[in-house]
Order: sequence, then C-alpha cells, then structure tokens
Amino acid sequence: MKNAVGREIPAEALAIELKNGRKYEPYQGKGYRDGKYIKKAGPTTKIYENPQESKILPSIRDAVIACGIKDGMTVSFHHHFRNGDYIVNMVMKEIVALGIKDITIAASSLGDAHDPIAEYIEQGIVTGIQTSGIRGKMGDVVSHGKLKTPAILRSHGGRVRAIEEGDVHIDVAFIGAPTSDEYGNARALGGKGDCGVLSYAVVDSEYADKVVVITDTLVPYPNFPPSIHGVNVDYVVKVDEIGNPKKIASAAARMTQNPRDLMMAENTAKVIAACPWFKEGFSFQTGAGGPSLAVNRFLEPLMDAKGIKMSWAIGGITAAICELQRKGKVGKIIDVQDFDTGAIEDIRTNPNHYEMTASEYANPANKGAFVNKLDFVVLAALEVDIDFNVNVITGSDGVLRGAPGGHPDTAEGAKCCVIVTPLTRGRMATICEHVVTVTTPGDCVDVVVTDYGTAVNPNRPDIIKALDDAGIKHVPIKELQEKAYSLVGTPDDLQWKDKVVAILEARDGTILDVVKEIKPYEDK
Amino acid sequence: MELKAVGTAGTLESSDVMITLEPKDSGGIDLTLESSVINQYGRQIKAQVLASLERLGVKNAKVIVNDHGALDCTIKARVECAFYRGCQCDMDGKFDWGGVIR
Repeated sequence: MKNAVGREIPAEALAIELKNGRKYEPYQGKGYRDGKYIKKAGPTTKIYENPQESKILPSIRDAVIACGIKDGMTVSFHHHFRNGDYIVNMVMKEIVALGIKDITIAASSLGDAHDPIAEYIEQGIVTGIQTSGIRGKMGDVVSHGKLKTPAILRSHGGRVRAIEEGDVHIDVAFIGAPTSDEYGNARALGGKGDCGVLSYAVVDSEYADKVVVITDTLVPYPNFPPSIHGVNVDYVVKVDEIGNPKKIASAAARMTQNPRDLMMAENTAKVIAACPWFKEGFSFQTGAGGPSLAVNRFLEPLMDAKGIKMSWAIGGITAAICELQRKGKVGKIIDVQDFDTGAIEDIRTNPNHYEMTASEYANPANKGAFVNKLDFVVLAALEVDIDFNVNVITGSDGVLRGAPGGHPDTAEGAKCCVIVTPLTRGRMATICEHVVTVTTPGDCVDVVVTDYGTAVNPNRPDIIKALDDAGIKHVPIKELQEKAYSLVGTPDDLQWKDKVVAILEARDGTILDVVKEIKPYEDK
Repeated sequence: MELKAVGTAGTLESSDVMITLEPKDSGGIDLTLESSVINQYGRQIKAQVLASLERLGVKNAKVIVNDHGALDCTIKARVECAFYRGCQCDMDGKFDWGGVIR
C-alpha cells in the first residue's frame, strides 16, 4: 500500500504488533490525527508507603535483579550523554551477564558510543531496538538484517507520543544522571559529567514500571529542583563514572569558516528576514551543524536592521544562541538538549534559560508543544528530493547512520521550515529525485537553500510571494536536482533484499517509510 | 604505446580515485573496484574506466580502482595518467591531447 509520500509500505510492516494493540497505518499526510483522542497508558508502579531511608543499591547488577528484569522485557535509556555515554553499555552488560535475553532497547537515541550493543544483536540477545538515532556498528548490523524484529525509528516528539499512547511499554528505565540524592531526585548539573538537562528521560520516569537512576555524584537530599522526580524512582545506583565528560559536552562548536557554508547561511538568514513572521517577538530554532549554526551570525544584523528581537529560542541549544541572548536579543531559551559546554554553563547561571521536557518540546499528541508555536526552524539534511521529502537516516549506501531527532517535529510545527544543504557532497547528489528513506515528509518542508540556489515548496504560495516581494531569487527544486545530476551523474537505485529492517514512524505513529536489508553491490 | 610496468595515479583523498594498472600478456581486463559510492555509482565508474582503457588501446591489464567519490572527469584523468606512467613514456614527449586523452 502506498502512503501519502508515495512510499510502498509492505504488509509485514503494517502487521507489526504494537504493545497496546494499535494497528499501524500508512502515513496519511500531516495533521491526520489532529483532534482525535488517545487513552494514555499508565505504568504499574510499586507502593512505598513504609518510610525507607534510602533507595540506593550497591550495583547495577543489584538493580537489574531488584527490578525483576526477565526475558522479553523492554528497557529504556536517554541520550543526553551523547557520545560520552557509559550507561547503556554498563546496564546491558549486566543484563546479558545474568543470562536474560530477548531484550528490547527503547532509547531516546543511540550513537557510536553503543557499538558493543551490535554484538548483542548478532547474538540474538537484543531482539528489538526503538530509538531515534542509530549509527556505527549497530546501524550496520541492523541494516544487514541481524536484528530479529524491525527497528522502530521515531522523532523525539513521536517517541513521547508512542510511550504515552502505549505503543511501547517500558518495563525498566535506566536514567543516567549527573547528580542524584538517595531518593532519586536527579539533576543534570553539579556533577562530574554535566549534561545541562534531562528532558528526554522525563517520559521514561513517568511511564516505566520501574525506574533506576544511575549517577556518579550523590548529593544530599533533597536535590532540588529536580529534572527527574524521586517520586517516580525505585532505585538509585552510584557508579564511578556515568560517562566521559569530554564527550558528553564538547567545547563550543567552532563557527564554520567554509565559504560555501557561510554563503548558504547568509542566504538562509535573508529568506527568514523576508518572511512575514520575521517581526518583533519571533521564535526560532536552529541545529548545531556548520551552516545551520552560522545562520545565527547572519540573522543578528538583520534583526538589528529591523529593530526586532527574538522572544524565544528552543531546541538543542548551543553557545551561539546563548551568546545572542546575552546581547539582549533573545527573550527566553527553552532547552531540550545541550550541544556544548557553553550551553551547559549558560543554563547553570542564566535565569532566562529553562529546561523543558521532550513532550513540551515536540510531542504531537499533547495539547500543544513548543514546536507548534515555532516561527522558524533551520535544519540540515542528508538528502532532499523533488517532492521536498527529507532523509536524515540512511546514507547513500542504504545503511542506517543518522537520527530523525526533532527534525520531523519542528518541520511540521514551524510556520517556516528551512533546510540548508549543499547541492552535492562529494559525488552524492543531496538534491535528488527520490530520497533513500523519507524521514521528514515533504508536506512539512517549506524552503531548501543550497549553494546553487533556493527552492520553495509550491504548497507555500505565501512564502513564494514573500521571497518575490523581497527580490530573493528562487528556482523550482527540479532545477536544483538536474543541476546536481549534471555535476555528479545520475545515481543508480540502491539494491535491497525483501526483509524490512527498520520502520520509520511519522510523529503521529503512522508509517512514513521502511528500510529494507541492503543487498551488497553486485558487479553486473 | 604499451603498458610496460605498473602505472599508478591518483590519491585516496575524498573525491579522488587511485588507479593502478598492471601489464598482462593476455586474458583481457581484470578490474577490481572499491568505492565509497559503489552502490549508486559502481556501474558508472566501471564503465568510465573501461571506456578510457579502450580509448587508450589497453587490451590486457590488471586494473585496481580505489575510488572515494571521484567525478567522471577525475576518473578519466587518473586512468590516462596511470597508463602513461605505466608506459614509461618520455614526460617531455608528445601526448595525444584531445585525441585519446580527453
């Protein structure tokens, strides 16, 4: 059955059983579930009426045993420690050592730090993966069909919806925290490896049957104000290190000096400034990639020229936006993740820099997340096709190596979603006829800025008019794709086997696309 | 002009290709291809290399192509260069610019 972005969704994907019995549907277009109702799935939690002095257990192994983890269960993790994370590997090692199998990992994201999990997949111990990001060895083994069930890939907002709706039920959540008290009140500041916020883990703490906080810095009770509330926590474990602080928070991303990136950033800022929402009190999100980050720098003089300020910025926060706020040009920063030490330092000291939950950020099924009030978002892409569909998950070889993250959430929510990407990367055409995998549907993508020109989605006549009025040149996206192919040649289609290895869920829980097992290149 | 020795051209940098040609007495062209973009461009890279070799009149050779996303023009240039190096031809000699070298 073909879905609203023209992707064939095989029956085997639609037949996947979700925990709550909900049936998968093919993607129907944006706003499909708006106005419908969901019944939230609550966890089964233990009563602790009799006072206990402390919830501390001596080791992760003890926590695994105390939580009663059994074959077939689902355990969850967050990704605030990014590539410095030790938690996933430490916990999985203990689970495996206890001989427990058929485990599903439901993480907010997974990365290169989690290569050891690939081995558990190959051994058939980990049989399910639900995540936003999948990369490195894990991406490789999943792409080669080694995972027993298809991986389910969701946006950050889609994950919260799936947990709240009960598509996935978390038996035990393991929440790494820079600091915790003996009752599990956990914060992201004041420890050895601070990550700034714990936004993605909040839904886990509220919807998992059992919750374990793992920290390397115990602090006196009460550790307030907490990101993770002790009332939701069963056990606390102290370990030597939750992660590698150097990889948890990298130094501020250096502003790109690449003239191509700078040109694209400048053009993006001009597109934004030409739109009717670029007025006093506008709201904004940008990523941490080279050209996206550089947009901040070009936006500032345009704001000055018009005499306007930004009322709030959201998203993955970088030092660049904090810097803009220090200059008095941003009202509030609402933070779901910190990308660098500058952002972490800022939330420590700045009263106008707030933590929010992943649900507040991007959940499509709550009563209105921040993304729904967003004016502009600037995003990157691995590929964009002539229908404006974006791929941020599969490489040109068809192997999983990315993350939808907040891309689909912000793209749908924002009034104007701008994708910034070079026309080609090496021999790869970024603007192509059909993306390998649709991760953000084209009906949510408004403008594409490349080094060879800008294209506006024809379903946004208002933006086309705004650019025309401002004298900003734009071309049909087909022209950009043809230009790309004239430079690098027309790529052959990737060859796939029949097995579905991953499901790309739209944020509303329908199926946007599937990834099949990659067939190695055959010389013909 | 004939291949006399192993001729190599190109680098392993992104957007370049390293071509190695080894003379053989018979058996046609024996081509080994590695590429970072093999799934989408493997067929075209191979076709490009074979077309260049044919133009240069190479009938028998062991050919190793180690590609990191080179464009067609680069592939052509590297094959031609590897060939003339393998022919041990006089660097100051006459090259067939615009003829077999394109």
